[in-house]
Amino acid sequence: MDKSKIDRSMYQKAKVEASEKEHIAAPASTMLADAWIRLKKNKAAVVALFILVAIILLAIFAPIFSKYSFRDTDYNNVYGLPSAAHIFGADQFGRDLWVRTWMGTRISLMIALVAAILDLVVGVLYGAVSALFGGKVDAVMQRIIEVLVGIPSLIIVILFLMAFPAGVGTIIAALSITGWVNMARLVRAEILKLKNQEFVLASQVLGTSKFNIIMKDLIPNTVSVIVINVMFTIPSAIFTEAFLSFIGIGLAEPQASLGVLINGGYQVLRMYPHVLVFPAIVIVLIMVCFSILGDGLRDALDPQMRK
Amino acid sequence: MLKYVLKRLGYILVTLWVIVTCTFFMMKNLPGTPFDAERFSIMTPQQQERVLEMYGLNDSLPMQYVKYIKNMLKGDLGTSFTYVNQDVSKVITGRLGPSALIGIQAVLIGLAIGLILGILAAWKHNSGIDYFTMILAVLGVSVPNFVAAALLQYYIGLKWGVLPVGFWTGWNCSVLPSIALSFSATAMVARFMRTEMLDVLDQDYIITARAKGLSQMKVLMRHAVRNSILPVVTILGPIVVNLMTGSLAVENIFSIPGIGSLFVDCIKANDYPVIMGITIFYAAFYMLIVLLVDLAYSLIDPRIRLAKGKES
Repeated sequence: MDKSKIDRSMYQKAKVEASEKEHIAAPASTMLADAWIRLKKNKAAVVALFILVAIILLAIFAPIFSKYSFRDTDYNNVYGLPSAAHIFGADQFGRDLWVRTWMGTRISLMIALVAAILDLVVGVLYGAVSALFGGKVDAVMQRIIEVLVGIPSLIIVILFLMAFPAGVGTIIAALSITGWVNMARLVRAEILKLKNQEFVLASQVLGTSKFNIIMKDLIPNTVSVIVINVMFTIPSAIFTEAFLSFIGIGLAEPQASLGVLINGGYQVLRMYPHVLVFPAIVIVLIMVCFSILGDGLRDALDPQMRK
Repeated sequence: MLKYVLKRLGYILVTLWVIVTCTFFMMKNLPGTPFDAERFSIMTPQQQERVLEMYGLNDSLPMQYVKYIKNMLKGDLGTSFTYVNQDVSKVITGRLGPSALIGIQAVLIGLAIGLILGILAAWKHNSGIDYFTMILAVLGVSVPNFVAAALLQYYIGLKWGVLPVGFWTGWNCSVLPSIALSFSATAMVARFMRTEMLDVLDQDYIITARAKGLSQMKVLMRHAVRNSILPVVTILGPIVVNLMTGSLAVENIFSIPGIGSLFVDCIKANDYPVIMGITIFYAAFYMLIVLLVDLAYSLIDPRIRLAKGKES
């Protein structure tokens, strides 16, 4: 090393502006932005997100841009194998499975979306009201939940499907009876925990209105619980529909839900496995991606939980 | 403790009553009778009266409801529409055996494989076996059980031909359905055990155990596994629900004469008394399991106090 090059003038005391001391250089980051940064680092979750977006786009656009309709039959192509014209092959009436699979995905995703919205609206409201009002309101609302929790949801859904005409609407209505209970319990527990914490007290002392306390202090702090729970509601709603259609009491032909398609494929599994394989792959992909993304979101929103 | 159990039993009764009432009026509103309309219309009024009375259908609706509840308390759930002249309770208990067999086997398989995988995954954190377990755990809860069952039946039952499928003659017929049913249980147990173990392995007493020179095996078996295995009891409730749901599809696929396939068959045949009977059975069974799990957990882990249970 060349000692001659180091000279005293290089070591000068830096000037510190008093006003600069308290300056925060990085822009303030919201909780969701933080979570997004953490989520992006999780490769599996990002891949899952991409696959889900691809599946959603295919479900929306594939049936529109195909020259076949999900109910067009073609008796020259019964159980046709996958080919350039029919990418996923054809079923027992020669209907194009590519279009039918994506139509089925549409139905599954639609049910999932409605289930998620119901969970968000009814579950969060019920839980929040129960926790905030407390006292007698809380007691009554909790007793109702206590009764609902005991009911195996699948049985209610099945009874519902028997009493009303089978269709997407009935399945959604049936799911909505018990689907929100878990969310309501989680939100209530979370808000009860937050309600008595110091930062809420600080807000109260500073004279914040009750409405603002709910919107600015309580809801943002329950977001992680809510988001994570929704991510687990979605696959279970998709599974329920497919399951019911598979055992023959959900949607029926010519409607093409993934469960209907898998049921059709199961009947001819020995001769024509392709009829089962494609819808099965799509439903497994959807479920796997939602569950990986759910895990990723949990880690991202609640880093302390990380394992 | 006793007070808590009584309170829970009270809730179970209220819930059951709600379920019974709802299903009763729902079923009565459904179209259809157990009789063939054409043959029924050529009967004499006396014959019609006689047949209606046999099925308890000639009373007014509230009377039928009161009678149903009364009979139910005596353990009589009415007469099946499709299984002629058979009591619903007999039809159901006759189907109990196969369902219980594959259900219990599935729980045992799930617990055994799930616990081993979970322990290994946590012990060798971030290793090959850990990733394998995590992938298995995600697949196990994501692959719908009817897809798994159909594939098992096709590849192991038909192509490989080692185990029977599609009939019920003895224990070996229960192997494949039990495996098919156990996937979700295995996945849930493995995942839960792994998380619990990782938590425990982080604790100070594990470091102490290692520092005082215990062998790895002893640390693992005496300290880590013992402390992390208890909470697995808590997920038995969800596992049982999963198995109940799964049995509906798996029993159908493998043609097992159990409750699940009976339920689906009766739904398709509009056999309302049997449907109601199974609904009540499922609901009661599920709620009792959840109660037992809660009680067992409080007995095993003295830190849990049941009186505080309502806060969660």
